[in-house]
Formats: sequence, C-alpha cells, structure tokens
Amino acid sequence: MALSDKHALSVERLTVAFPHGDQVMLALDGATFEVKRGEFVCVVGASGSGKSTLLNVLAGLDRPSGGRAHVHGRVALIFQESALLPWLTAAGNVELALELRGVKASARQKVAHELLNRVHLAGFERRRPHELSGGMKQRAALARALAQEADVLLMDEPFAALDAISRDLLHEELERIWTESHLTILFVTHNAREAVRLGDRVIVLTSRPGRVAHEVPIDLPRPRSLDSPELAVIAGRITDRLKHEMSNGR
Amino acid sequence: MAAELTSELRMSEVPRTGPHPVRKSAARVWSNLWPKLGAVVLAVAIWQLIVWSGWRPQSALPGPWPVLERLAGDLRNLDFYAGIGMTLRRAALGYAIAAGAGTVVAILIARVKLARRAVGSLLVGLQSMPSIAWFPLALLLLQRSEGAITLVVLMGAAPAIAAGLLSGIDQVHPMLIRVGRAMGADGLRLYRHVVLPAALPAFVGGLKQGWAFAWRSLMSAELLVVAGNQTSIGTQLQLARNLLDTQQLLALMIVIFVIGVVIDSLFGAVDRSVRQRWGLLGGEA
Repeated sequence: MALSDKHALSVERLTVAFPHGDQVMLALDGATFEVKRGEFVCVVGASGSGKSTLLNVLAGLDRPSGGRAHVHGRVALIFQESALLPWLTAAGNVELALELRGVKASARQKVAHELLNRVHLAGFERRRPHELSGGMKQRAALARALAQEADVLLMDEPFAALDAISRDLLHEELERIWTESHLTILFVTHNAREAVRLGDRVIVLTSRPGRVAHEVPIDLPRPRSLDSPELAVIAGRITDRLKHEMSNGR
Repeated sequence: MAAELTSELRMSEVPRTGPHPVRKSAARVWSNLWPKLGAVVLAVAIWQLIVWSGWRPQSALPGPWPVLERLAGDLRNLDFYAGIGMTLRRAALGYAIAAGAGTVVAILIARVKLARRAVGSLLVGLQSMPSIAWFPLALLLLQRSEGAITLVVLMGAAPAIAAGLLSGIDQVHPMLIRVGRAMGADGLRLYRHVVLPAALPAFVGGLKQGWAFAWRSLMSAELLVVAGNQTSIGTQLQLARNLLDTQQLLALMIVIFVIGVVIDSLFGAVDRSVRQRWGLLGGEA
C-alpha cells in the first residue's frame, strides 16, 4: 500500500463517471489530494463539483471509474438531511450503529447514553427524530457516527439546512469533539466561510467535472469566529475563486 | 452556549405538552364516536320508516326492534357462538397463511429481478380478480373441504398484502439505504434493520386491505358451500333464508357488520400508532 502512516486518506487521479441518458457524465475528473491523520480538511465546490460523489466513493458507496481513493481505517458518514432512522429513538439510532459494529447488547445502552451526553443530548434519549429540532437531529447523527468508532469522519454539508445559531453551536461542538479525539475529518460544504471557520486546510474543487483547483492552508488560531474580519478575507478569496470556476463551467 | 441549548430544548418541548392526557384521549374517543353513533341512529331510523311505510309485510322485512330482540336472544344462546367461532377460525387461518405467503412473495419480488419481471404485474391483476372466482376450481381440487374455503380466503388476501409490502419496500427513501450501508448493514441485515422497518407503514396498510378482502371472500365461500355439518355464519344465513326467518337473517347481518367494523378499527389503531411512531402523522412535532 502506497499510503504512508501519516495519511488518513488519499485520493489519486480519482475519476467517477455516471451514465446520463446516452452519454456519460463525469462527476470527478482526476481529483488528487491527501489528508493527514488528525487533520480537519474542508472541501468547497459549487453544485456539480462532485463533492457528494467524492464522499460516497471514500465511504465505499460508489465505485471509482478510474484512479484510486483510499481511506486508512474505519469511515463514518454524516449527511445533510439528518438521516436518522425515523422509527428509532435517538438512543435507538446510536444503539443500532453499536449493534452493527458488534457491541454486546448489555453494553449498548450505556455507551449510547455516554455518546448522546457527549453531544449534549442527555435527556433526549427516548425522543424520536420527528420530535427533535434540526440541530438536535444533527447532534444525534454525530453521536451515531461516533458510535461507529470511525477513524475518519466524512461530512456531506451536514449543517446546510440549519439556522445560523444552531449551525454556530454545532461548529463549536464539532471542533470540541475533533480536538478531544483523534478523528480525521473531511467536511464538504458549498459555504466558504464555514470551510474557513472549521478547516486546517480548504480544498477548492472545480465544477463539472470536479478537480482540485486550489488548496488553501488556514493558519488562523482556533477557536475562530465566523464573523472575524481575517476569516472573511480568506473566505472572500475562496468565494471569488468559486465564482470564477462556475462561470468557466458554464 | 447553555442558554441557547435550553432554548432549543424548550422549542422541542412545545408539541409534547398539551391538555391532560386522559381528558384528551377521552375527548378524542368521543369526537371519533359521535358521528358514527349518529350514522347508526340515522340508519335505524330509515329502516324503521321503510317498515312503517308498509312496503313489504313484516314477515319479509321486520323492524329494528324485533331484530335486535332476536339478536339479544341469539347472544344468550351458546350454539350461536359455535357458528361465529367457526367462521372466525377460518378467517384467522386463511388470513395467517395469506400474510405469510404475501410477505414471502413481496420480498422475493423485491429482491430478485427476474421474479419482479415475471410476476410483478400479475400481482396487480390478481388483486383486482374477485377471489370467489377461484372457488369452482378450489371445489374441484379440494372438494367441499375446509381447504377449499381457506384457498379462497388466501387468494383474496395475499395479493393485497404482497402489493402493500412491495410498494413499501420500493418506496424506502434511498437516503435510508445509504445510511444503513454506511453503518455497515448489508444484505439481510440491511433488510432487517432498515428496509423492512421503513416499509412497515405501507405493509400495515396492505394487511388492513388484505383483511377486508379475506372477510368478503370468506362470506362468499361460506354462502356457496352449505354442505358439511359445520355450522358457520354463512350456513346460518342460508338456513335463515330457507326457513324464511328474516329476523334471524338480519340479526346475522348485523353480526357480520359488527365483526368487520371491530377488526377494521383494530387495524386502524395499529396503523395510527405505527404512523405516529414513524413521524408520518401531520401536525406532530
């Protein structure tokens, strides 16, 4: 395996094509990048840049048409819509992830309780998804991902549907969990500010097909504020780049 | 952070707290009940008016009171229950087999592409075919046996049950499948933990419709096969007709109607509780 020990995941000339009518549509065309162990990397791209496809391939849900995508260790995926199973309670969702991982029945309830506690959902174990707010659902989804004991967390625009305050809170929460753990996070978003708020590094994808256009290391000290002027400057540059990409794509 | 969290909690608290739960459920039962009671009173009144109009002699069309008196008398007689018991046993047996067969067929069609191409569209045809059309064949194959009746009930209920489960499986949100696979569930485990629970509301709908078909098919079959020493609601109906005992006839019709309504409302309750758990009821949360 070419993957060195420092790297949690590597993507090499990754190409993914889908049949689209009679033609073939390229979602990703030769994307290449690496993510170090414990790194928090954000991927920004306009719609059609193959962001979700990238995560699906890394999670093993889609197959690459060319090139390689390799993840070192276990992967957990968090989606935009909180994809909790609606018939299970918050605790039930976490417990199912534990069960599928092979955790013994006797231990599941206690572990689920601890995980929900960790994302500040103590007291909501018995609630079903439709009885939780959007932010709470994403907390529960986060707890469920943690239950998978993944090394790499893949997040697909997880906070895009939330109101500003809930999203702010979840940024703090995610940053705290990431700092406390040894997780590697690959976070996909279309929002440049969010990417700069969270990432050690921001990868900018081109549109139709997706390719790595640009990598921006973010050296701002943590915790960062979404409203800080330094952050706004960097985010502005990334947004300009995205606009440029979109007009090219058209 | 803590302050914002509690505000988030309070927001989600709102839909849960309401009027006192017991009073609320009593009020709900009453608000469900009174339109039905009103309809029954209206139906009985119309019945009585027709009888009073003298359109048919009382021997052919007795009024509600003599019939209800007769029914009350029947209900005190243990023999009357033997017929009801027989009919309900047949319904339960045929329906149980139909539920099992329908489930297996639906999963097979959902899982095996060839099976879908082969019998997927036949299912719709079977569903609209009156199951009593199977009866002559059933009589030839199985003679005047319990088996013939069970077969008719089975053919009545199974297609509806299979179609309900199949449409439930087909309509499972692709996102839930991705979630399940991302959590490491595949094959049977994906079915057990994700697909089948997600399809449950549609399955319950199919079971409910299947019951309605089973009950109709059973009544038709029992009226056609009067042979045998077994008493059943169907044979009692035929007997009442042969003896021109219209009071008994109408009393039995009320029994058939009430059994249908009671079992249907049991399914309705299960359906509601499943949909509530699944968060599918409008206005919740």
